[in-house]
Amino acid sequence: MAGHSDFEPKNPVLKWIERRLPIFNFMHGSFVSYPVPRNLNYWWTFGAILSVMLVAQIITGIVLVMHYTPTSAEAFNSVEHIMRDVNFGWLLRYLHANGGSMFFLAVYIHIFRGLYYGSYKEPREILWILGVIIFVLMMATAFMGYVLPWGQMSFWAATVITNLFSAIPLVGKSVTLFLWGGYSVDQPTLQRFFALHYLLPFMIVGVVILHVWALHHVGQGNPMGIEVKSDRDTIPFTPYATVKDNFALVCFMILFAWFVFYIPNYMGHPDNYIPANPLQTPPHIVPEWYFLPFYAILRAIPNKLMGVLALFGSIGVLAFLPWLDTSKVRSARFRPLYKQFFWVLLVVCIGLGYLGSKPAEGAYVIVARILTAYYFFHFLVILPALGYFETPRLLPTSISEPMLPRKGSASVGIGARSPDRRG
Amino acid sequence: MATSKTVGTEPTRRDFLYIATATVGAVGAAAVAWPLINQMNPDASVLALSTTDVDLAPITEGQIVTVKWRGKPVFIFRRTKKEIEAARATPMGDLKDPQPDEARVKNGKDQWLVLIGICTHLGCVPLGHEGQYNGWFCPCHGSVYDTSGRIRQGPAPTNLEVPPYEFVSDTSIKIG
Repeated sequence: MAGHSDFEPKNPVLKWIERRLPIFNFMHGSFVSYPVPRNLNYWWTFGAILSVMLVAQIITGIVLVMHYTPTSAEAFNSVEHIMRDVNFGWLLRYLHANGGSMFFLAVYIHIFRGLYYGSYKEPREILWILGVIIFVLMMATAFMGYVLPWGQMSFWAATVITNLFSAIPLVGKSVTLFLWGGYSVDQPTLQRFFALHYLLPFMIVGVVILHVWALHHVGQGNPMGIEVKSDRDTIPFTPYATVKDNFALVCFMILFAWFVFYIPNYMGHPDNYIPANPLQTPPHIVPEWYFLPFYAILRAIPNKLMGVLALFGSIGVLAFLPWLDTSKVRSARFRPLYKQFFWVLLVVCIGLGYLGSKPAEGAYVIVARILTAYYFFHFLVILPALGYFETPRLLPTSISEPMLPRKGSASVGIGARSPDRRG
Repeated sequence: MATSKTVGTEPTRRDFLYIATATVGAVGAAAVAWPLINQMNPDASVLALSTTDVDLAPITEGQIVTVKWRGKPVFIFRRTKKEIEAARATPMGDLKDPQPDEARVKNGKDQWLVLIGICTHLGCVPLGHEGQYNGWFCPCHGSVYDTSGRIRQGPAPTNLEVPPYEFVSDTSIKIG
C-alpha cells in the first residue's frame, strides 16, 4: 500500500516488534498519514460503514452459531429458542437479520456512488471488479443465511434459487441434485448451506483486503473525478477522514438501531414464522428486499433459461462497466447527459424492486419487461454511445484549485470558491 | 524458460521436467478434489428411500391427493370423464411441450394421473383445480397446467413430470 509514513514507535517493546515486523509503520501509513483527496463528501464514508457492518455480522453470526442447530427437525425450534430463552438472543438475532439488510443498503449506496462519480474508470478497474466479486459473495451469503431459520420462506427461497441452476442445458438436473444432496431441498441442503454461510464471510474479508489494497495503491477517487496532483490536493486520513467516517457511522447506526429496536420484523415475511413444509408453497413468495430488482428481471422474461441468464447478466454486466463507459471524464458532475441517465437508472432499479415485490401478472409483467430492457440498454447502449456524443464541462486544473486560495494572490473572496466545496 | 544460453526455441530438459511436474501435480489435485466434491451428491441413505406405496381406494373421483416421494410432493389425481376428455381433445399444436394424454397415464388406467408436484420452472408446488385449464396453477411465477399436467401458459418449459410407478393391484401403486 502507499506507504507515506516514516513512523517509528517510541516504546521499546513496539520498537523491538517493529524491527522484526514493520506492522506499526504499515498501519500508520495506511490509516493515519495515508493521504486522501481533500474534497471527499459523505458518499465516501460508506466504505468504512461497510467494513464495520462486515465485522458486526461476523461477530453476531459467530455467537448465534453457539445456539443454533442446523438440522431440518431442529433448526426452526432452535431459532425460536434463541428468541425466547437465550440471554439477549432476541437482540443478537435481530442485529444479525437486520444487519444483513443494512449491509445491502450501504453496499447499494456505495455502488451507486461509484456509478455517479465514475469510480470504476482507469486505473481503478481491478478495484471495481473486486467490488463486484464482493457483491456476488454477499448475495450468496445472504441467500444461504436466509435459508437457515428453516421457515416457509427459507425453504421455498432455497428451492427456487437452487432451481435456477436447473435451467443449464444438459447438466442442469445433475447440478441441482448435487447442490441439494438429495432429490429436494432437505437436511443435507440445510447443513451444507450452514457450512458455507459460515465460510463465505471470511472469503469476503479476504476479497475486502484486496479491495482496500487496490484502493490504497491507486488512491481514492473523489467527487471531481480528477487525480491528485500535489500535496495541496490531499489531507491525512487521520484525523480528517477518520472523524468524518465515524460521524457517518454513528448516523448509520441510529438508523440500524431504529430497525432493530422498533421494527425488527419490517424487512421479514410473516410466512417465515411457519415451519418449512415441502408439500405446500406459500401463495406469494418473494425474496428479501435487496434481491427484488433481480427477481423482477428473472420473472420478466417468459423463457426459463433466458430469464436465468438475464438475472446473472444483470449483475455480470457491472464487471464490464470500465470498458462499457467510453467517456474519459469520471465524475457525473462534469457530464451533463450522463448525470440525467444516472438518475433514470436509479429510478428504473427502484421500479424493478417494486415490481419484484408484486405478483407476476398483468401490467406488472409488461412494465417489468420495459424496465428490464432499459436496464440493459443503459449499460450496453447508452453508456458506450454517450462517450462519443456528450460534451463534458470544463474540468478544474486540480482538486485544490477551486477550494484553496491560490499561492501568491493576496486575498480571495468567498465568491471565488466553488459551491461544491466540501471538507 | 528460455535463458539467454538456449539457442532458438528448442525445449530444454528443464522445460520437460516443469511440464511433467505440473501435470502430475494437477492429476493429484484432481484426485484429491473428487472425494471433496462428490460428497455433496445424494448419499446412500437418501438413495435408499426410493419407493413409496400408495393405497388408491380412499381417493374419490375428481380428488387430487398429495403424497411424499423422495422428499417431494407427488400428485395423484383421479380424473372425471370430463377432465380426461378435455385433456384428450386438446390439439397437439396448442401445447408447448407436445405429449398426448395417453402417454402420461398407464394403459387402461386413464382415470389415474400421477405427477411429480413440482413446477418445472423453479420448483414450487402448483395448486390443484386452479388456472384457466382446470389443472394446476403455480403461484410463484404463474405457470398454468391442464388436466393432464401439461404446460399451457407461463414460464415453465416442460410438462409436470410423471414419476416411475406401477400398479401393484387395482387399488394401489408403488412410486419409484
